[in-house]
Amino acid sequence: MDTGKNIVLKLEHLTIKFGGLIAVNDFCLEIEKGELVGLIGPNGAGKTTVFNIVTGQYEPTSGTVLLEGRDITGWRPHLIAASGIARTFQNVRLFTGMSVLDNVLVSQHLRLRSPFLSAALHLPDYAREERHVRAKAMDLLERLELTPFAKELAGNLPYGQQRRLEIARALSTNPKLLLLDEPAAGMNPEETTRLMRFICRIRDEFSLTIFLIEHDMRLVMGICERIRVIDYGISIAEGVPDEIRRDSRVIAAYLGEGGE
Amino acid sequence: MGKHFFAALRRHLNTFLTLMLVGLLFLALRWANTRLDDFTLRILRTGAVYIVAAVSYNLINGITGQFSLGPNGFMALGGYVVALLMLPVPQKQFVWFLEPLIWPLNSFSFASTWYFFGLSLLLAGLMGAFGAFLVGIPSFRLRGDYLAIATFGFGEIIFVLANNLIPLTNGPLGMKGIPELASVYWCFGWAVIATLVVSNIANSSYGRAMKAVRDDEVAAEAMGVNVFQAKMLAFVVSGFFAGVAGGLLVPLITTISPTLFTFTMTFNLLIIIVLGGLGSITGSVITAFSFAIASEVLRAVESPMNIGPIHIPGIAGMRMVVFSALLVLLMIFYRRGIFGQFELSWDWIRSLLTKAAGEEVRKKWTRGKTSS
Ligand SMILES: Nc1ncnc2c1ncn2[C@@H]1O[C@H](COP(=O)(O)OP(=O)(O)O)[C@@H](O)[C@H]1O
Ligand SMILES: [Mg+2]
Repeated sequence: MDTGKNIVLKLEHLTIKFGGLIAVNDFCLEIEKGELVGLIGPNGAGKTTVFNIVTGQYEPTSGTVLLEGRDITGWRPHLIAASGIARTFQNVRLFTGMSVLDNVLVSQHLRLRSPFLSAALHLPDYAREERHVRAKAMDLLERLELTPFAKELAGNLPYGQQRRLEIARALSTNPKLLLLDEPAAGMNPEETTRLMRFICRIRDEFSLTIFLIEHDMRLVMGICERIRVIDYGISIAEGVPDEIRRDSRVIAAYLGEGGE
Repeated sequence: MGKHFFAALRRHLNTFLTLMLVGLLFLALRWANTRLDDFTLRILRTGAVYIVAAVSYNLINGITGQFSLGPNGFMALGGYVVALLMLPVPQKQFVWFLEPLIWPLNSFSFASTWYFFGLSLLLAGLMGAFGAFLVGIPSFRLRGDYLAIATFGFGEIIFVLANNLIPLTNGPLGMKGIPELASVYWCFGWAVIATLVVSNIANSSYGRAMKAVRDDEVAAEAMGVNVFQAKMLAFVVSGFFAGVAGGLLVPLITTISPTLFTFTMTFNLLIIIVLGGLGSITGSVITAFSFAIASEVLRAVESPMNIGPIHIPGIAGMRMVVFSALLVLLMIFYRRGIFGQFELSWDWIRSLLTKAAGEEVRKKWTRGKTSS
């Protein structure tokens, strides 16, 4: 493992400024294949902004994003998704007017081969591909226990299932790296326990590398192998859960926020 | 394997049912064409043209969620293409009496045959698509909702050009004597094509990408949807069919002038797609057709009336007042239109029938049980 490390994501000196505010400051991080890394910090620390830079929603003021050694800084988000990074959002952002199945099918669009005309005229080659992606999407729903809701409008699902669907939709892009932004937000302890098991399960089943933001310390300490802490856009600590728990700067940052 | 067989059967069953319906429509049109008077036929044809325009408008506004105000501009482009190509040369010399029509249009026109008319309609569609392409590129490159302003501006520019490019459009006088080529078959044929193509798109992977853009652009992009491409495809297809609709309308009423394609046209179409339910194609088909018929029937409210002792003189434009009131009421009580996003489909009809059949079986069974 030490020799020839297999780095999936490498962030080099990421900095982003919004006007006078430096939301992320000289952020560096390496994530190995198969790792489960947590990013924590008080509200407004810049965690979501790091995700937005990695997925191409924001362009960093300086610094680079490397996916498996390839520089993807400044790429359009859909191209980054196609190259293997998928995400969920802090506030669930489903396609609420579409069915659960269609939500998952949207993520298959990036791999569509048939040309537009073939789809518009519903030619046989398109029909074949459509059947294929539908079967794949149904299979994914089955594995994530969402089959009973397949025809339901995504917006009508209960909150917990919406969060699960958001993960399913991200998995449907067939990612190498999955970014989860506060997946346990709004969940009770029981649901959180189930979510922890779920995250570990999908990492193994889909051979994923996972990078997650979370406020729920039980989840972060329970499943992350490595944790990075940021405050005011600056990295203040990194280590295994036990080290982070005892780190004085981390405790100070959280106490400063009102103690969590 | 049995499951596969039935899946295949059902797939082809829907196609088969659709073909049957189109066949029935064709028979109905044959009957109508020989039995109905010109006035009624003209209303039906107008209804079909409205279907073409409304269904394609719904693709960009309802399915892709991009607020376009453009159809009148694209219809005008298509209308002028067909008028200039189909107007016979002697008629051209007669119409352009102030300034001559530019070369080569002044000495050339298509013969009034079905294939040349078909070709001119295709060119009308391509012109509409090209217009949409030109407006779409800058509008969709920018983040934010610039489309409404850009398309409205485009419609106004076309209006001004149509009024002032006299050597090409004959200005406000327009053209008359255009051969009446838009038969029921042409109009309904294109209504069927537009409906089938737009619903194929809406139900395809491209359509899902468009709906994803409508529901959440940021999430769509993050899931790998090329947002710019999805919007452009929807808009250009929409422009194509708007061009065809304009191209059908002109040889239906046999005249063209700039006032035919003012913003009122877009406003009517907007009423239609909102009434029918943004995003519902079958909803648009039904309201578009009903709209054309209702606006003829409602002509009555524009003629002088006597309600008891009260005499109401004929008020031109009264129909629009009625329509606008209808729209306001609908927005209050039926926010999502009559159909919402619901689609009439064979699968839905079948599920209704199976449900009804299931009900029958259950009734019989319980009756049998209680009687024994
Ligand atoms: N698009 C933006 N424009 C201006 N400021 C932003 C933008 N996005 C984030 N910020 C600011 O950057 C800081 C970090 O935000 P964020 O990354 O969302 O924090 P969190 O760690 O809670 O996820 C906040 O002060 C926020 O207001
Ligand atoms: Mg956040």
